[in-house]
Amino acid sequence: MEQIEKLKAFITNNYLFGKEDEFNCETDFLEKGIIDSTGILELVCFVEETFNFSVQDDEIVPENFSSLIKLNEYVNRKLNNNSVMVNQCAESQE
Amino acid sequence: MCGIAGIINLIEPGKISLYNISRMASYLKHRGPNEAGIYIDDWMGIAQTRLSIIDLNDGTQPIHNEDNSLWIVFNGEIYNYIELRRELIANGHRFRTFSDTEVVLHLYEEEKENCLKKLNGQFAFAIWDNIKKEFFLARDRVGKKPLYYFYNGKELLFASEIKAILSNRKIHPEFNYAALNQIFTFWTTLSGETIFKNIKELPAGSYLKLEKKKVVITKYWDFDFAIDNELVNLSTSDIVYILKELLIDSIAIRLRADVPVGCYLSGGLDSSGITSLVNKHFNNELQTFGIRFEEKSFDEGEFQKEMISNLKVDHSEVYATNEIIGKFLPEVIWHCEIPLLRLSPIPLFLLSKLVNQKGLRVVLTGEGADEVFGGYNIFKETMIRYFWSKFPESKMRPSLLEKLYPYIFKDERNKANVKEFFKFGIDKPDDPFFSHIVRWNNTSRLKRFFSDDTITRNNGYDPYLALKEQLPNKFYKWDSLTKAQYLEMKIFLSNYLLSSQGDRVAMAHSLEVRMPYLDFRIIEFMSKVPSYLKIVGLNEKSILKKMLKDVLPASIIKRPKHPYRAPIKNSLLNNNLEYVDEYLSERKIREFNLFNPSMVTKLKEKLTKIEDASEFDSMALVGILTTQILYDKFILNFSSAPSSPITFDLIFDRRTINKEKGYLKKNAVLV
Repeated sequence: MEQIEKLKAFITNNYLFGKEDEFNCETDFLEKGIIDSTGILELVCFVEETFNFSVQDDEIVPENFSSLIKLNEYVNRKLNNNSVMVNQCAESQE
Repeated sequence: MCGIAGIINLIEPGKISLYNISRMASYLKHRGPNEAGIYIDDWMGIAQTRLSIIDLNDGTQPIHNEDNSLWIVFNGEIYNYIELRRELIANGHRFRTFSDTEVVLHLYEEEKENCLKKLNGQFAFAIWDNIKKEFFLARDRVGKKPLYYFYNGKELLFASEIKAILSNRKIHPEFNYAALNQIFTFWTTLSGETIFKNIKELPAGSYLKLEKKKVVITKYWDFDFAIDNELVNLSTSDIVYILKELLIDSIAIRLRADVPVGCYLSGGLDSSGITSLVNKHFNNELQTFGIRFEEKSFDEGEFQKEMISNLKVDHSEVYATNEIIGKFLPEVIWHCEIPLLRLSPIPLFLLSKLVNQKGLRVVLTGEGADEVFGGYNIFKETMIRYFWSKFPESKMRPSLLEKLYPYIFKDERNKANVKEFFKFGIDKPDDPFFSHIVRWNNTSRLKRFFSDDTITRNNGYDPYLALKEQLPNKFYKWDSLTKAQYLEMKIFLSNYLLSSQGDRVAMAHSLEVRMPYLDFRIIEFMSKVPSYLKIVGLNEKSILKKMLKDVLPASIIKRPKHPYRAPIKNSLLNNNLEYVDEYLSERKIREFNLFNPSMVTKLKEKLTKIEDASEFDSMALVGILTTQILYDKFILNFSSAPSSPITFDLIFDRRTINKEKGYLKKNAVLV
C-alpha cells in the first residue's frame, strides 16, 4: 500500500470506523472533528511504528498533523521522499 | 415523594377505566411503596403511589378540599408548607391532614396558578376541579420532579414516569429521532422533548391546562440573570452573609420530615459543605453515604475519610466495582428512560439502594452548587476562550487552558494540538453557543454512527436551531459566563443531572433527594451577583468557598475539582456481559436499524484491542449501547415489561356511568 493510502486507511478505520467519505487530502482533522485533541497521539504512535522513525516533540503541531496532505508531507520530509508525495496526493484527490 | 398518574377525557364522559388507572400506578410502585390511592369520576381518573415522609398516618392521597370539588395527586415536597398552612388557616381554610399536599390544594383554591410562585419545593402535581371540569398540571421551577404527558386531542394521560403512560395498551411508543440527535449533541434532550415522539415532558417551571380541547402550557418561572442595574450592589462580604443565611434556612426547611434525613457525602466541596452545615446547626448524629470506585482515578475516598473523621458522622459507602457498574446498566436505563452518554447514574443507583437498605427515605445532596455558584470547568473554559478571542495570536492566553485541564494537557508533546482543538469558534465570541460549541461539536461526531435510516429521518433537523428557539430574548444581553450558566442549567441540570443522576436513580429505590443549593431563593439571589465575583481569576465558586470557609477544612476548600464520573470501557467490555455482546452484535444493530453495523463492529474491535479508550470512543460505546437497550425495552418489547403488584388503600369511585362492576375493591391486589 502506498504511504498516503496507509495514512488514509488508518484515519478512516481508527477515527471514522470505516466511513470513507468524510475527508479529503486537505480536510482539517481538528476543525472537522475527524480527530480530537487526544487522538493526535494515537496518530503519532501509528506514524512512528509504521514508518520507523521518531517524531520529535516540537514536530507534533497542527502544521504537521492537521490534515492528510500536511501529514503526508511531514512523513515524506522525514523519509526524505518529498518528490513522490506530491504525485501521490494529487492522484488520491482525483 | 411519590408517583402520580392519570387519564382525562373531556370529550366523552364514562370512558375512564379503573383498570387503566391502576395499571399506570402499578408501574410507579417503586416511587411510592408505602400507600396507593385512586380518584375516578366520569371525566377523569388520578392515582398516586406514596412514599410517606410528612404526616405518615393521614397523608394518604388523593386529597380533596372542604366541599370535595378539588382533588389532588402530588409528588414531591413543599418545604415552606408550615408557613403557608398558617396563612391559609387564617384565611378560613379547614385542614383534614398535616400534609404539605393539602396545603397545595387549598392554596390553589385561593390563588389558582399563582399558587406556584409561593411554593418552595420540588414538585409535580395534578389538580382536578370536578365542578368546573378544569384540569391543572404543574411542575417545579428547576425540574427536580419528573412529569410527562400524552395527548391525542381527546384523551390526556400524564405520569411521573413514561412507563406508566406506555402501560396503556392503546399507546404505542414512537422513537423520536430528533431527540436522539439532541442527545448526541447536548448529552440530553431539550426541554419538552422525550426519546418518544408521542410523549412530551412538561417543561420545568411550567403548568399545563386543557382549554378548548387544546393543551396550553404556560411558563411561570425560568432562570433569569440580572443585567446592568439589576445586579446587586453589595460588598462581597454582604453577599456572602446573605447567601449563607439563605443556605442555612434552605437546609433547615429541607430537614422537615417525619422520618430521619441523611446526607450524600462525596468528599467534594458541595456535599461536604451541606453535611458540615447540617452537622453544625441541626443534627450531630448524622448518617452519611458515599461512593467508592475500584478504579483509583475515579475515587474520592481520601477526601471522604477526611470529612468523616472531622465530623464524626455515621458513614456508609457503596463500592462501585467495574463489574457491578456493567451489570446494572440495563436496569438503570429502565429507570432513566433515555439513552445516556456516560455511566455516572449507575453508582448513584447503587448508592440509593444502600440508603434504602439502611432504612432512610430522604437525603440531602450537594447537587446544583456548580451551576448556581459557577463551579464547572466549562465556565472557566469559556472565560479563557473569551479572553483568548480578544487576541487570537497570543501564546500566553491559551496556556491558561493547561491549568484548567492538566489531564488533557498531560502529554507535553501534544499541547499545540490540544490548544488548536479549543481554538474552534474563538473567532465568534458573540455566538450564542460560544461557551459550549467545542463540547457540542465534539459530541456531534457521534452522529457518524447513525444508520442511513436514522440520517434520513434527521434530514433537515438542526438541534442548534431548535435550541435557539427556546432561548429567552434576554439571553443575548448576558455576558459569556452567564450564557454558559443558563445553557448548563437549562439543558444539562434540568434534563440530565436532576433526572438520570437525580430523581430517577434515587426513586428506583424509593429514596427522595433534596438539594439545598437549588432553593429558588438562592438561585434568584445568585442570578443578581455579577459574574466577576462568581469566578475570580480561575478560582471557581469563589462566593461559596467564602460561605463555607468556617465549617470546612482548608484541604477541602482548596482541593482541585474532581469531576464525578464512572469508568466505561472496563465496566462494559471486560466483564463477559452477554447483553453487551447481544445489543452490539451486527444482527441486533441491523435489526434495530438505528446505527451503522460495520462502524459499530469496528468500534467494538478497536475498544477490545486497546488498553485506554479515548473519551470519544467511550462516549460512543455508551451512547450506542444504551440506545439499543432503550429501543428494545420500550419500543419493541414494552408489553413484556413487568409491573409491580399494587394494593390500593383508598379508592374514591365517583362515576355515574360505565362502572367496571366488582372490579378493584379496597385492598384489592392488581397483578
